[in-house]
Amino acid sequence: MTQQQHLLDLKELRVDRGGVTVLDIPSFSLCQNEFISLIGPNGAGKSTLLLSLLGLMKHETGTVTYRGAAVASPAQWLDLRRRTAMVLQDPLLFDSTVFDNVASGLKLRGVGRTEIKSRVATYLERFNLAHMAQRSARKLSGGEARRVSLARAFAVDPEVIFFDEPFANLDPPTRQALTEDMDRIIRDRGIAAILVTHDQSEALRMSQRIVVMNAGRIVQQGTPAAVMNHPVNEFVANFVGMETILEGEVANNRHQQLTVRVAGGEIDTVGDDAPGTQVYCCIRPENVTVTVGHPENKSSARNHFEGRIVEIAAMGPFLKLRLDCGFPLTAYVTRESFTELALYEGKEIHASFKATSVHLLPRRAV
Amino acid sequence: MTRIFRMLPLFVALFLFSAVASVSTSWAAEQKNLILATTTSTQDSGLLDVLIPIFEKQTGYFVKTISVGSGQAMKMGEKGEADVLLVHSPDAEKKFMADGFGVNRKLVMHNDFIVLGPANDTAKIRGTKTAADALKAIAKANALWLSRGDNSGTHAKEKGLFKAAGINPEGQKWFQQTGLGMGETLNVAAEKKGYLLADRGTYLALNKKAHLGLEIMVQGEPKLLNIYHVIEVNPAKWPKVNNAGAKAFADFMVSKKTQEIISTFGKKEFGSPLFFPDAGKKPESLGL
Amino acid sequence: MDVILEGFSKAFQLLASLDREVLGIALLSLKVSGLATLFSLVIGLSVGTLVALTSFPGKKILVSVVNTGMGLPPVVVGLFVSIMLWRNGPLGYLELLYTPTAIVIAQTVIATPIVMGVTIGAMQNLPANLRLQILALGATRVQMVWMLIKEARLPLMAGVMAGFGGVISEVGASIMVGGNVRGYTRVLTTATVMETGRGNFDMAIALSVILLLFCFAVNYILTYIQQRERPR
Repeated sequence: MTQQQHLLDLKELRVDRGGVTVLDIPSFSLCQNEFISLIGPNGAGKSTLLLSLLGLMKHETGTVTYRGAAVASPAQWLDLRRRTAMVLQDPLLFDSTVFDNVASGLKLRGVGRTEIKSRVATYLERFNLAHMAQRSARKLSGGEARRVSLARAFAVDPEVIFFDEPFANLDPPTRQALTEDMDRIIRDRGIAAILVTHDQSEALRMSQRIVVMNAGRIVQQGTPAAVMNHPVNEFVANFVGMETILEGEVANNRHQQLTVRVAGGEIDTVGDDAPGTQVYCCIRPENVTVTVGHPENKSSARNHFEGRIVEIAAMGPFLKLRLDCGFPLTAYVTRESFTELALYEGKEIHASFKATSVHLLPRRAV
Repeated sequence: MTRIFRMLPLFVALFLFSAVASVSTSWAAEQKNLILATTTSTQDSGLLDVLIPIFEKQTGYFVKTISVGSGQAMKMGEKGEADVLLVHSPDAEKKFMADGFGVNRKLVMHNDFIVLGPANDTAKIRGTKTAADALKAIAKANALWLSRGDNSGTHAKEKGLFKAAGINPEGQKWFQQTGLGMGETLNVAAEKKGYLLADRGTYLALNKKAHLGLEIMVQGEPKLLNIYHVIEVNPAKWPKVNNAGAKAFADFMVSKKTQEIISTFGKKEFGSPLFFPDAGKKPESLGL
Repeated sequence: MDVILEGFSKAFQLLASLDREVLGIALLSLKVSGLATLFSLVIGLSVGTLVALTSFPGKKILVSVVNTGMGLPPVVVGLFVSIMLWRNGPLGYLELLYTPTAIVIAQTVIATPIVMGVTIGAMQNLPANLRLQILALGATRVQMVWMLIKEARLPLMAGVMAGFGGVISEVGASIMVGGNVRGYTRVLTTATVMETGRGNFDMAIALSVILLLFCFAVNYILTYIQQRERPR
């Protein structure tokens, strides 16, 4: 995190439901121009956190400050909400025209007619909605409705914008296009943003910081690279897509060249851990190379295993292979190489990966 | 649709305006309100539609005519919910007076009751001299009889006739109660081809318009007279009643001019008058 | 039956010639039932919204009571309003019995639970997150409530129409508290009953045709509303 000016700060937030604490955030902040992605499984408290930042969630304790000033009274909350915007998973459009929908936030703020007209026109244009300004919101497709809800949010010129899975249930091309539109406007206008998402690629692409939540707590936060490649625990590792997680013990450490003994093999990696340390070895599937026969000297991979394909599953443009190399290993191959290598379940293969592709997590000994 | 919603405030304003208007008229008319509880027969014959506007014009009172059975009209009088009654149930009226609920009972007019029946006369009562004999024949033939059963003056009269004939019709298969007004009961009898007791005025008025297919079987017996009295509700019992108005209405009903109108009402349309003016006469002179 | 044919032909003559009496009765019906609907809208909408948007102990019971009230028999309402308004009753000093105001009161009592019940239902049927979205858009509490009402306006209007349809075709309460006084509290339904009793079938049919037209208009609007959907 760079030393930027804090925009929105949250302290000591606790939300209880039915006697159970569902959200417990000691501290959370958003900086000027920052884009944060909130990821985590369902029920992690991401949406609750978002709503709490706008004072829309009943909470037991917690203080919010905006640009250093406390937000406490209803008037202050209203002021904060009028400097921000929120896009929820459902477009939740109003039963009127596209124009009226986009204008609704401005109307609530008492903006004058001519000003509304020009601002709405700008955002109808940006979201490619100008030709349907007078259409009833009832007659829009799913993608069009999302665009209207985005335009409605941006039309109020927010300083901060919150997205709660705004593109869920959209087809990939629509999703892609909308993400790009949204990203462009946020950069152009210097808007700070928090995005709740299930989609890691979305989180990776846009955010400066990723916050991983689980069971009402922030488990890890940092740059996308830090979170993806250095998950702090098994949960984060699993969640960010570390398909292979092996229990092991550091066998020896020679100038930070480690050998980790796992059930059914030894894995070379790098690190400072002393021999005897209990660890997890985490390996991202896209970092595992699969070949038929021994790979020629072209490979600089230090780890090299013979194994067998146990299961093949489609993963979009990739195929996900479950391998048995004495220990379970997961690898992605492109459809192209899948055909080229003539792979099938049960086929003998070779798997290799670099020592630096192995991410070690400390593990408490049983 | 949206245009309708934009016009909504206009509608609202209109409604509110008319609301204020209607409420304020009811306030203005308050002092002058007079509640007349009367029988369905006076209303259904159309006589009151002629007389009330004249009375209102003369006196400035606003008459709320509540047309119910004579029984209910007297109940309203007993509770002070009416100011003046125009009813035709002499026995009940006497009790009403004796109990002190009314003052100044005045004879206004009469017409007569008739026993009606279907043209084919299944009980063979056509031309029978007395209603009692006719009822006996009907009971014997198990011919359908329709009773209003609503405690009206007509119903009271009918009960008296059955009693005189020594018949208890309650619960008999051939005896049906409609619980409706005179006009409606006539309609029912016409449809079901039954016998019934009706006042001549309503029968003539209705038969002219609807052609009931019912014919007069028994008439002319003094017992079948249908006598209307006007009664002021006793202001000593109910201080809230409009006794001045009640007095004015009673006086109006027995005035010479009104009696004249009564004597000619319906003559043109039905060939004979529906009511006969009796103001100032003694009930005994009618053969009671 | 030629009575029916004759009745209809005379009825249409009455309608076509804009018969004063018929027109007056129709207008009074519209005015009285319209006002009652308007009052029930004001009461039903505000209380219904309050109930729908807040939570408090006993809310379920209250909602059940309101839903039961949606089917209040008009004669029962008529009876109780009469008792209240009797000269010697608790509100007798107002001298309202046998006035159009009394009919408006009784019909308001009949229509209010309908509007209130529909309001509660409509508000609770809105997407749960809509309130959050509106607040997040920068709405004050008042603005939020107003926007929610606007969003629920179609079912609300359906409720208002149902209420209006209920009270304009209701006869029991109108005759009990209004008394069917000519030119004053005589509305379409009470006039129809009376004219039928008098054998004036032409008049009765003319009045019925008007009543039918009103009911048809109400149902047409209802159907139109029910065929619309909420946006995504």
